[in-house]
Amino acid sequence: MDYINAIVLLLNYIFVPALAYGSQLALGAIFVTLIYGILRFANFATGDMMSFGTMVTILFTWYFQSLGISLGILPTALIAIPFAIIFMVGYMLLVDKFVFKYYRVNKSPPVQLAMVSIGVMFVTQAVVRIIIGPSDRRFFDGEKFLIKAGEFKEMTGLNEGLAIKSTQVITIVVTLILVSTLFWFLNKTKTGKSMRAYSDNEDLALLSGIDPKKIVMITWIIAGVLATIGGALYGLDKSFKPFTYFNNMLPIFAAAIVGGIGNPFGAFLGGYVIAFSEILLTYAYKKFFMYLLPESLEPNTLVQLLSTDYKFAVSFSILVIVLLYRPSGIFKGKIL
Amino acid sequence: MRKNLNVIAAYTIMMGLIILVGIFQSWNIALSIFNLCLISAVMTMGANIQWGYAGLINFGIMGYTALGGLAAVLISVDPVQEAWSAGGSNILLSLLLIIGMVLAVRYVLKKYEKSKVRTYIIATIIIAGIIIIRFVSEPGIEAIEEVDPAKTGFLGGFGLPIIFSWIVGALFAGGLAFVIGKVALGLRADYLAIATLLISEIVIAIIKHEDWLTRGVKNVIGLKRPAPYEVNLQQTDWFINLVEKFNLSKLNLITDLTERQAALNQFVIEGSSIFVKLCYSGLFLIVVIILLILTQKALYSPWGRMMRAIRDNEEAANAMGKNVVKQHLLIFVLGSAIVGIAGAMLVTQDGLFTPGSYRPMRYTFLIWVMVIVGGSGNNFGAILGGFVVWFLWIESAPIGLYLVNLTTAGLADTHFLKVHLIESVPYFRFLMMGIGLLLIMRYRPKGILPEKIEIK
Repeated sequence: MDYINAIVLLLNYIFVPALAYGSQLALGAIFVTLIYGILRFANFATGDMMSFGTMVTILFTWYFQSLGISLGILPTALIAIPFAIIFMVGYMLLVDKFVFKYYRVNKSPPVQLAMVSIGVMFVTQAVVRIIIGPSDRRFFDGEKFLIKAGEFKEMTGLNEGLAIKSTQVITIVVTLILVSTLFWFLNKTKTGKSMRAYSDNEDLALLSGIDPKKIVMITWIIAGVLATIGGALYGLDKSFKPFTYFNNMLPIFAAAIVGGIGNPFGAFLGGYVIAFSEILLTYAYKKFFMYLLPESLEPNTLVQLLSTDYKFAVSFSILVIVLLYRPSGIFKGKIL
Repeated sequence: MRKNLNVIAAYTIMMGLIILVGIFQSWNIALSIFNLCLISAVMTMGANIQWGYAGLINFGIMGYTALGGLAAVLISVDPVQEAWSAGGSNILLSLLLIIGMVLAVRYVLKKYEKSKVRTYIIATIIIAGIIIIRFVSEPGIEAIEEVDPAKTGFLGGFGLPIIFSWIVGALFAGGLAFVIGKVALGLRADYLAIATLLISEIVIAIIKHEDWLTRGVKNVIGLKRPAPYEVNLQQTDWFINLVEKFNLSKLNLITDLTERQAALNQFVIEGSSIFVKLCYSGLFLIVVIILLILTQKALYSPWGRMMRAIRDNEEAANAMGKNVVKQHLLIFVLGSAIVGIAGAMLVTQDGLFTPGSYRPMRYTFLIWVMVIVGGSGNNFGAILGGFVVWFLWIESAPIGLYLVNLTTAGLADTHFLKVHLIESVPYFRFLMMGIGLLLIMRYRPKGILPEKIEIK
């Protein structure tokens, strides 16, 4: 019985949250990796683009709520997301047309494009803060839990409860659908294949008649979809605060690089690698050992490897180790 | 003279703007803007050495600034005796253990060939070391943090004049840069940017949460000053006489004696804070000028030529027998050390150390905007960038407010849009910085004062 309790404990506090958090990171990391693979620069505006997408989702959610539209047990934000995506795609294409295109056409070095993305970051952040303000916002409505801790305890008769939030399930399901569609698109369709070819070798791709304008446009469209959904899912699960989104850029970059930058599948797994290691290393295992060990051996400290304040330190340490031993990432990078 | 005309013109305009603020807002505001401009100028010089001279991206400026600030605390605060006796020995022992661990790793690295076994040995040393250090330090840390937590709860510093911290801050930042450079400098430009950004976040996390060293988010306040205190100034005779002399014409207009005394007091209070700020300006100006002379000399020296050669074509420079890795590490350390000085100066001026206030937008990306806007590779440009951008950063709120009032003049004061816009005026600074950066990158990619290298 104690063993089952210990496992439920880990499921509740580590596995389920890490899976949800990892999915959110994975979407962001695929976004970073796509931009890096095709447009060839590190996009420092990632976090703020995601926060912009979330803001638009929130605004649409409020609008629908004021109209009285709701999805019952599901959050209203799910209807808002498609509209937000349309808006975000427009925003991405505008940013590209007015900002990035000039440098791409002039074949500027990647560093310059990265600097330009910092300018975009400033502007996007300002727009988000001017429109919705810097404070914390929750926009989740509907049924909060799929399984409540209390119900689970009653059902199974265990000491430990397993709470699964509906947002966690939504996050994982949506991520799986989105990512599998994306991989199907990249691997099976002609456009997807031409994107991969373009990422692999630009000159050869141009020689074989691939239209670079179309590739770039599609990349930004996918980026808009990923940014909106990734941001909105994070906001639904936790809460929306522009500063948190800006900070999330760091684990997202770590995930993309760990997975091998330029490789979407690597970025997808990289998200989970980062999420699981952050949560595994900062969780206090005291209760877990209390179930497993006899009373005489019970630990009297928290058995926490790192305090939760050092979350970023975990992602960075993984990044350094990977960069030192496998500079191209766990999965070989630079091939889409 | 002619070729320096645009430099002179740019600086004259900048000074004119600050003087205008002095006339229209107040001299106090103008001087505090000027002081922070000088500090920003030191930071941009550090970033410019790395980016402009050598083409290294360093997004970790925030971390070095914070380390400089930490140096100011560790140098100037008086040591807390009870804390030292409570846990000092544990901390010192852990420090020795860390040094021992590093030496052991180095020994293994030198002694054995690269192999899987070596990697495992090093991993074991590090993991075992961390566990032992935790066991040794934990009781010490707890004891230290329990010593009067409302006031101290940390080890304190050395109780030396805070001015020394400017040098120590440089050493701290340079030391950190050395370690980072050893690990990360081999990376490609954009990886280096991300890696340094993450490292600076970790430095901040450590400073925020290691209360025994820094008091963490409880902040350290009331640091000693290199300048006189306003309260003392207001009671010294020579200062009152000085203020009287300055404002004689205004004071003579008042005939009533008590009123005259009250007006004089008012002038003395205002004057004292201006005087203190002027003291800081003087100190900062000395630092800026010394650094400017040094960096200018370096730029036109053979060493500067070599750095530019490495920046413009790494492979060619390497082929000519220049040690690119070593020079990159050197310039990384130098630039970071300068940023460390600026960090210590900042804390010296504020008189308080607030780890929670270190945010990447303000301390990393804003500095980068300054370097790019001012002109990378040109020291005068970088300093000007520091001035212009900081000036706009501060003055964008009033400008934003003015613009909002202008555009929404037709709306009632209670109209929701107007209220909302006025509330969000502080964020207009981000908008202005972003648009400014984008415009400069597009239409004047070399900055306001571009790099000019003459071959003599």
